[in-house]
Amino acid sequence: MLRVLLLTLSVVAIVHAELCKPDAQNAFKVRLSIKTALGDNAYAWDANEEYLFKAMVAFAMRRYSSKSTTQISNVLVCNVTDRVSFWFVVTDSSKNLTTVPESEVEAAIRMNRNRINNAFLLSDQTLQFLKITSTLSPPVEPSTPIWLIVFGVVLCLIVAGILFLVVAGIQQRKKKNKDSTERENLEEKSEVTVTVENGIPCETLDLKAGHINGVFAADDERFTSL
Amino acid sequence: MEKSRPLWDNSLQFIFACISYAVGLGNVWRFPYLCQMYGGGGFLIPYFIMLIAEGMPLLYLELAVGQRMRQGSIGAWKIISPYLCGVGIASVVVSFFLSMYYNVINAWAFWYLFHSFQDPLPWATCPLNTNHTGYEEECEKTSSTQYFWYRQTLNISPSLETSGSIQWEQALCLTLAWLVVYLCILRGTESTGKLEQLSNPKTWISAATQIFFSLGLGFGSLIAYASYNDASNNCERHAIIVSLINSTTSIFASVVTFSIYGFKATFNYESCINKVILLLMNAFDLEEGSLTADNLNEMKDYLMATHPQEYAQLSPQVKNCSLEAELDTAVQGTGLAFIVYSEAIKNMEVPQLYSVLYFIMLLMLGIGSMLGNTAAILTPLTDSRVIAARFPKEVISGAVCFINCVIGLIFTTEAGNYWFDIFNDYAATLSLLLIVLVETIAVCYIYGIRRFEKDLHTMIGHKPNWYWKIMWAFASPLLIISLFLFYLTDYILTGTLQYQAWDATQGQLVTKDYPGYARAVIGLLVAASTMCIPLGALVTFVRKRLKRSVSTMA
Repeated sequence: MLRVLLLTLSVVAIVHAELCKPDAQNAFKVRLSIKTALGDNAYAWDANEEYLFKAMVAFAMRRYSSKSTTQISNVLVCNVTDRVSFWFVVTDSSKNLTTVPESEVEAAIRMNRNRINNAFLLSDQTLQFLKITSTLSPPVEPSTPIWLIVFGVVLCLIVAGILFLVVAGIQQRKKKNKDSTERENLEEKSEVTVTVENGIPCETLDLKAGHINGVFAADDERFTSL
Repeated sequence: MEKSRPLWDNSLQFIFACISYAVGLGNVWRFPYLCQMYGGGGFLIPYFIMLIAEGMPLLYLELAVGQRMRQGSIGAWKIISPYLCGVGIASVVVSFFLSMYYNVINAWAFWYLFHSFQDPLPWATCPLNTNHTGYEEECEKTSSTQYFWYRQTLNISPSLETSGSIQWEQALCLTLAWLVVYLCILRGTESTGKLEQLSNPKTWISAATQIFFSLGLGFGSLIAYASYNDASNNCERHAIIVSLINSTTSIFASVVTFSIYGFKATFNYESCINKVILLLMNAFDLEEGSLTADNLNEMKDYLMATHPQEYAQLSPQVKNCSLEAELDTAVQGTGLAFIVYSEAIKNMEVPQLYSVLYFIMLLMLGIGSMLGNTAAILTPLTDSRVIAARFPKEVISGAVCFINCVIGLIFTTEAGNYWFDIFNDYAATLSLLLIVLVETIAVCYIYGIRRFEKDLHTMIGHKPNWYWKIMWAFASPLLIISLFLFYLTDYILTGTLQYQAWDATQGQLVTKDYPGYARAVIGLLVAASTMCIPLGALVTFVRKRLKRSVSTMA
């Protein structure tokens, strides 16, 4: 009796070793970075965590194929290292000594990746299935790029400023023209006494700068030619 | 009666305008680089000696000329001697070239500023590739900040020959930059009173060059600004103040830049170490936490001994991280401003705040210098009675801005950055040296230093002392001649001119030769401004001869 038991156990062990080994057919390597992810709250990787992992993979396979035939015992885990990395395969319960094709396992894991990650409090980067590339979530893009909005605001302000200054300049010039024609008319009629000093009305002397005397202004013929 | 010249409200406005013009991007991205390359603090010695021998005297000279002649560069030099009108024209041509390409920097600063209002910053992470399985290939090879600069901002082509199309986003930013400049110059001097460019040889030459270009001599901007001064303004004191503030700003900017370098180097060094640790842990399935930065070297030796084959396979990927190597990567120019700084900013707390502040600072510096440049172009135009009588000031300013903006669209094409480098390196360097040399000789020997002394006496109230006279008459011209000769021989000896092109497949810069037409453009840039000086003299000479022969015949 004991001998039969021993024989069965050794056969199971051999089968296990045959099916689950590094780079075996349909086997996947898993790598966990628990300390990186959780820091002080990191848990140790022990047999219980392994059991949970097997349960999650079995759950994923059940959900994917909805056959409800995959048992926890169908998931074989081997070569656990200190890194915390190991290999696993999923055996087919209906056929003996065969493993489920890796495409099926990959699809099942992908479908339930989120649930598996959450069970271990990890993420896609810290719980890595080395052959299964995760689909990265694209950043949220608003319909109008933000920079265009800020650009539009600044552009409107600048254009408003320019228009304001141009219009103010035109108005100022019109007023100056009107004032000078008015003063000419007044001087002709001599009705209003405009205080005059040396022929220059006093108001214009408010300017900060003096008037450039045309006789001495720089022009081409600065030096009298010989 | 002549129209009176507009004036600065007070001398403080004038000082601020000069400072804002002189303190530009060169103080931020050129001076710290030179300090690093030429021995750190030791660079300050030749820098200050050149400041005293060359910078301050020439700045004083330009301000005094502008204030005395009360005209822009063309008019001012015409007064000194009619044969020198070419100097003024050359200054305007150089300013025109500068304003064509300089505002593109402001466009880039606007682009980065507008993109700073996002979380996370767009240059912090690589974008995903088309099927979302990983990051973009080009971005993987280089870093996310370099990718953002070369691909998403410039969309740079692999070489100068492939011009590509105009990038509409950059064209929009360039238009906005020109609108801002137009807004500021619209009101003329009344509105500009608020608060560039370089090259490389050996330490002293670098210092001389840095001072020379940092102060913005020779563009005619200082003459233009000073021409709006009251005749009794103390321009001697202002020259000293402006040059000292310019140098102090350079030094202050270096302190900041070095701390940014240090931060970036430390961060990159630690990332490098962490990457190596992860690689080794994954390859040899070691327990997490067993490899740290401290025991990395011992562990590497141990692994090499115990697993020689696997380690040998892995060794090309295991990088030797070195803090010194990170610190030695000195960068200058647009690379420093837009890649290194943005990389440092993305790793800070609340990066959006620092990013916005930094790019606003770049914009302030850039636009301040642009206002000086446009003043150098507009003042001679508004002084000339031919143009000013027909068109109002707003129209002239608008036309100048519009023409520059349209030409500037070249720099928004895919190969635009290469053309930018051409203009940045060649448009102003040789020509300015020649212009300032002619200016100094003209004032000292043609106008006469005694006459200049007397003018200064009437303006300021005292004659300039022997230090200024010696510098103007001997030291500065000698320095400029030696700089000029050095540059000329350097250009001739290096043979074919080369440039750095971005290779998207490798994710780094490669050196290429300039094609023939690019070299022709370079020659044209230098010739267009330098030839103005002899041509101006020749045209004046011919005109006088004709007039004399006409008057003798009559």
